[in-house]
Amino acid sequence: MDALKSGSRLEKVLKAGHFAFTGECGPPKGANVSHLKEKLAHLKGVVDAVNITDNQTAVVRMSSLAASAIMVGENLEPNYQLVCRDRNRLAIMSDILGAYSLGIRNILCLSGDHQKFGNHPEAKNVYDIDSMQLIALVKKMRDEGVFPNGEEIDEPPRLFIGAACNPFADPFEYRVYRLANKIKAGADFIQTQCIYNMDKFREFMKMAVDMGLCEKCYILAGVTPMKSVRMAQYMAAQVPGMDVPEALINRLKAAGKGNYAKEGIKIALEQIEEFKEMEGVAGVHLMAIEWEHRVPEIAEQANVLPRPEV
Amino acid sequence: MIIADRKPLEEILEMIQGSKKILILGCKGCVTVCNVGGVKEVEVLAATLKIARKKEQNDLEIHQKTIERQCDPEYIDQVKDVVGQYDAVLSMACGVGPQFLSEAYPEQKFFPAVNTEFMGGAVTHGIWEERCAGCGTCVIHLFDGMCPIARCSKSLLHGPCGGSAAGKCEIDPDVVCIWDMIVKKKMAQGRLDDLLEIRPFKDWRTARDGGPRKSIREELT
Ligand code: SF4
Repeated sequence: MDALKSGSRLEKVLKAGHFAFTGECGPPKGANVSHLKEKLAHLKGVVDAVNITDNQTAVVRMSSLAASAIMVGENLEPNYQLVCRDRNRLAIMSDILGAYSLGIRNILCLSGDHQKFGNHPEAKNVYDIDSMQLIALVKKMRDEGVFPNGEEIDEPPRLFIGAACNPFADPFEYRVYRLANKIKAGADFIQTQCIYNMDKFREFMKMAVDMGLCEKCYILAGVTPMKSVRMAQYMAAQVPGMDVPEALINRLKAAGKGNYAKEGIKIALEQIEEFKEMEGVAGVHLMAIEWEHRVPEIAEQANVLPRPEV
Repeated sequence: MIIADRKPLEEILEMIQGSKKILILGCKGCVTVCNVGGVKEVEVLAATLKIARKKEQNDLEIHQKTIERQCDPEYIDQVKDVVGQYDAVLSMACGVGPQFLSEAYPEQKFFPAVNTEFMGGAVTHGIWEERCAGCGTCVIHLFDGMCPIARCSKSLLHGPCGGSAAGKCEIDPDVVCIWDMIVKKKMAQGRLDDLLEIRPFKDWRTARDGGPRKSIREELT
């Protein structure tokens, strides 16, 4: 990791050895730019980059490309999410080039939730390539300056390549190898699924460290504060690949009505404290879903402010 | 083989609404094996339609016939004396049947009485599962006898995705995550290394994406 690959703020923060802090924002279900800007305003100066989700859970929203570009205009750094569900390799490559030309410098390569979960389950899915191949594609375009067919790219996209990792999906024993594969494919940084089962995550990170993965790639631990007992129960039961221990749900319940959100944030803060010390963890990715306005106080209490100058 | 399912009765009734005399044409190929379009099913559909139309006081004359295959001109030829006499012919073969018939007998109206679903087999009596997507470039050997193109909901070549839980696919707890099975078999048999490579993009030209396909065997033409 010598010269900068993209020159993004996130890359510089990580490269300088700072503990990174990234946020997340879902584009509007419409073309409401002012609402998007409002949500983004809460995150300004509070996080190093903001993930802009790409039709998350297969629900149609403003494109992540457009929302990311709007964000660039607001002087905030996007982490542009791109899923393989909705586009073939032609569309993917042209979106990558378009993203770079609009000033986007970070990309998160995902397969995407199946359209069955979304609001247009009748849709045809694409999956021309998968997330592993998407990572390799961006790397090839960036580092070799060519398309997969060997044709040269007139000004290659210099992007900082991100990938997702869910240590809580099955089979657990394989997850660290899949992570290794993503790093081999070209991932510069990883953002994990929301972590609630800390024991399992510790075990996972130990394996990742032992395999030397954390020297090749920056791993950002995913944190989503629980807003309510209902949210915790929903995630535990309804979201495939999400591991919410019973003890956490009980702890929220014990906090009593009216205090769930406060307790949820407290739990998140404890996690962040532990991640700061955990070997191999290079930062935190805070996915405060529809809770952008609470991010500044969480960042404040987590002692990650001010964000470093890079 | 090709697996099909009979269309709902209402849909078939609607297709033949204005007809007084119809032929139901079965096929002794795949649809007989998967119990949807053979001699027996032709009989059942005939009886069902008869009753339904009787109720509407709109009697229907139904003839029945089942031929060897509806995907072969040689057998399609066998109905040349009867087609033309009917207001409608309901084919109970896969989607190939009504098309081969329509091509051979342009004056006759043919309707599909089944929905053609997938290529698969019976995993147990009465339950069929998809096994092949007909992509035109078989890769089953790379995945220890399991095809992720046909059987992973996202056709991933590097699974399992983050939604795989307890051996089931994220789309439905009744759907097996084929990637869970591939990984477990590879790990149990000491072939984890197979999975630690980045596979090239799939060439979809041999699949339906390359346009309608044709197979020519020179020695037979
Ligand atoms: S859960 Fe398994 S079968 Fe379903 S999409 Fe993911 S990898 Fe494919």
